[in-house]
Amino acid sequence: MITPTGTPRDATVLEARGVTKRFAGITALDNVDFTLHPGESLALMGENGAGKSTLIKVLTGVYQPDAGELHLGGTTTTFARPLDAQRSGISTIYQEVNLIPLLSVAQNIFLGREPRDRWGLIDFKQLNENARTLLDTYDIHVNVRRPLHRLALGMQQMVALARAVSIDARVVIMDEPTSSLEAREVETLFRVIGLLRAQGIAIVYVSHRMDEIYRVCDSVTVLRDGKSVHSGLLADLPRVELVSIMLGRSVEKTKRESLTAFGSARTSSQAPTLIATDLTRKHQISGISLEIRPGEVVGLGGLLGSGRSETLKALAGVMKVDNGHVRVGGRLVKNGSVSAAIRAGIVMLPEDRKAEGIIPNLSIRDNIVLAALPRLSVGGFTSRARQDAIVDVFMKRLRIKATSSSQLVSELSGGNQQKVMIARWLAMNPRVLLLDEPTRGIDVGAKAEVQALINELADEGLAIVMVSSEVEEVVEGSARVIVLRDGSVETELIGDEVTEHHLLSALVGEPITVTKELP
Amino acid sequence: MAYLQQYGVYIAIVLLLMYNAAFTSNFISVDNFRTQFIQMVPVLIVALGMALVIGTQGIDLSGGAVMALAAAVIPLYIGYGLIPAAAMAIFAGCLIGVANGAMIAFIGVQPIVATLALMVAGRGIALVVANEQLKSVTNPTILSLGRNSIVGVPYSVLVAVILVAVVALLVNRTTFGKQLVAVGGSRRAAELAGLPVKRILMTTYILAAALAAVAGIVATARLGASVPSTLGNLIELSAITAVVIGGTPLTGGKVKVVGTVAGALLLQLIAATLIKNNVPDAYSQITQAVIILIAVYIQRGKLAVR
Repeated sequence: MITPTGTPRDATVLEARGVTKRFAGITALDNVDFTLHPGESLALMGENGAGKSTLIKVLTGVYQPDAGELHLGGTTTTFARPLDAQRSGISTIYQEVNLIPLLSVAQNIFLGREPRDRWGLIDFKQLNENARTLLDTYDIHVNVRRPLHRLALGMQQMVALARAVSIDARVVIMDEPTSSLEAREVETLFRVIGLLRAQGIAIVYVSHRMDEIYRVCDSVTVLRDGKSVHSGLLADLPRVELVSIMLGRSVEKTKRESLTAFGSARTSSQAPTLIATDLTRKHQISGISLEIRPGEVVGLGGLLGSGRSETLKALAGVMKVDNGHVRVGGRLVKNGSVSAAIRAGIVMLPEDRKAEGIIPNLSIRDNIVLAALPRLSVGGFTSRARQDAIVDVFMKRLRIKATSSSQLVSELSGGNQQKVMIARWLAMNPRVLLLDEPTRGIDVGAKAEVQALINELADEGLAIVMVSSEVEEVVEGSARVIVLRDGSVETELIGDEVTEHHLLSALVGEPITVTKELP
Repeated sequence: MAYLQQYGVYIAIVLLLMYNAAFTSNFISVDNFRTQFIQMVPVLIVALGMALVIGTQGIDLSGGAVMALAAAVIPLYIGYGLIPAAAMAIFAGCLIGVANGAMIAFIGVQPIVATLALMVAGRGIALVVANEQLKSVTNPTILSLGRNSIVGVPYSVLVAVILVAVVALLVNRTTFGKQLVAVGGSRRAAELAGLPVKRILMTTYILAAALAAVAGIVATARLGASVPSTLGNLIELSAITAVVIGGTPLTGGKVKVVGTVAGALLLQLIAATLIKNNVPDAYSQITQAVIILIAVYIQRGKLAVR
């Protein structure tokens, strides 16, 4: 545990008051307050779309708030552009190191601020010496003349960090800094964070890894749906509480409330359609095994970064695994091949429907038949009659609302686009349907329709795996929930155990303390 | 604006024809139109391939080099007759298409970089093949391809018409055509839908090269000589212009075959109008540049609306 420095709590280094930011009708930040003290390490938490990135972009001058103000060291300020924020001592370290790979470590650290000799040329001797002195302060040992790309990713990140703090940083914002680091590199990062805090530099730490948050941070601000819903010390906040604040679910709720349109979820005793064994990919998932039976909806629970989407991608052949294999109906599915997975009957609705799902410039018809096109063609020529037969059936059955099947899919609402995606896959007669956030960005009415449809498909014998960051959706839609944490299976909830409370406990990896209630 | 995007090129053609009917002597005549059509054939054929490539959100700068290579190969095999020589020329062109496609689809080189490399290398290879020599072509069959007509339609124009029909059929009625525009619309989504994206890209660049090779054969027949050093020089730029003013967006996901024909025709009419009115060639080039800018501006408007 890193202890806070003795700086008085009332002095703030960076403050946001009532910050609001709207994009084309969507309120990304709604009256958000945010306070940071010198030497403090603050965790900024929230699920996907909670507004974390937007807040960071406001704090670093990438976006200008529509309302509210920023205070820097007690005085009101505005950042018209990112450079203003940087000059005011606010640095950002991103997940991906954004330095110049071919330049040396020293050149990267002092890029744009190189010491000059009397001819106005770069004084490399001085440059390297300065870099070495700086890195020594943080106990980072690396040859400063080496090109950056030759270093391990963790070390590159240290260099980025050193560069950030050498620009008289007062605040360092770290966005998922450990997502691609080895355990040992994480330790070095934490040590450097400790040294920075001792100098009075404040840290904003964005991560989904609970263990890290509780180790490195002393306070937390939680965003949900663009609002700041909680600010306080981490020590006073049990993990379950934190997660329930993030997800907006009260810990006391233990029963199903029928907030969704899912009917009763049933388990199945038939032989599993899909068996995945020991799926492993470095930094993403490790040793994930699961079985999905026909007619059941299995929820894949987990916080952002737990490996839930990655598991789906591994099953769908979108992500190649280093180890492990997937079988459908007993037959091995080729690793890392989308078309092999589709042939085996595994299909996936991707999380980012707009970028990875629909093809916006094509019609509804062309989008629906996209995957099935070869089957609906005769000798390579498309058959409009065969296409329309399929398209009409699914447009009716899934109640896709459109003027005609020739309408551009980009003109449809989110819910109808999602139905087009489902139709695309149903046309392939799949056996396993993988749903990544099936109802994200869909209005309430259409959401209920999609949920009812998922149920209906399961009733017809499809094996369904669903990822959702909405707890009630997972709990009410799934007969079984496999909970992932830090890339591996934490636990599995079956039957009566599928409650919000159990799920919340499992998400953070804490033992379930409440006695089981009668159904 | 939307109206202009869709029909601008046709309106421009009509306006230009009206202007010439009124002010240019001997413009509206069967002979003149035959000449104009013959002259636009190579650009049109290269533009057909270009439209396919642009539909995948790519670009192909190697069309002129492929024409040169095709021209260089013809004299080597013309002794066996037109068909074997043409087949070898198209085969040679396809090899350049394979190189383009492999770099773009499998290695992930940006299309503009990959095809720029082949634009330079392809002409070099053509010169090596031809031993850096200009050769006259005397085979009567190939000369007749360039000079004779059937019921008043020049053979070269007939070839172009057939190719337009084939490409239109390919784009609108085949699985491959549909997949091609899907890849151009969203490569990621196409991959996740299980489409063989790499194979589609590869095929597209090979088709573009094969079409450019045909353009090289027709141009060689017309000239009666194999001129690999200059044949098709910078023709890809005219082809891109024809495609873009024909309404195919540079952002991919759409292929307008008839629009491409209209685009090539418009370019030809502009050039002819300027020449027939004794405007120096340099001005003709400047005019072309202005048209490209206007066309791209109109396309940009389309993106902004979307």
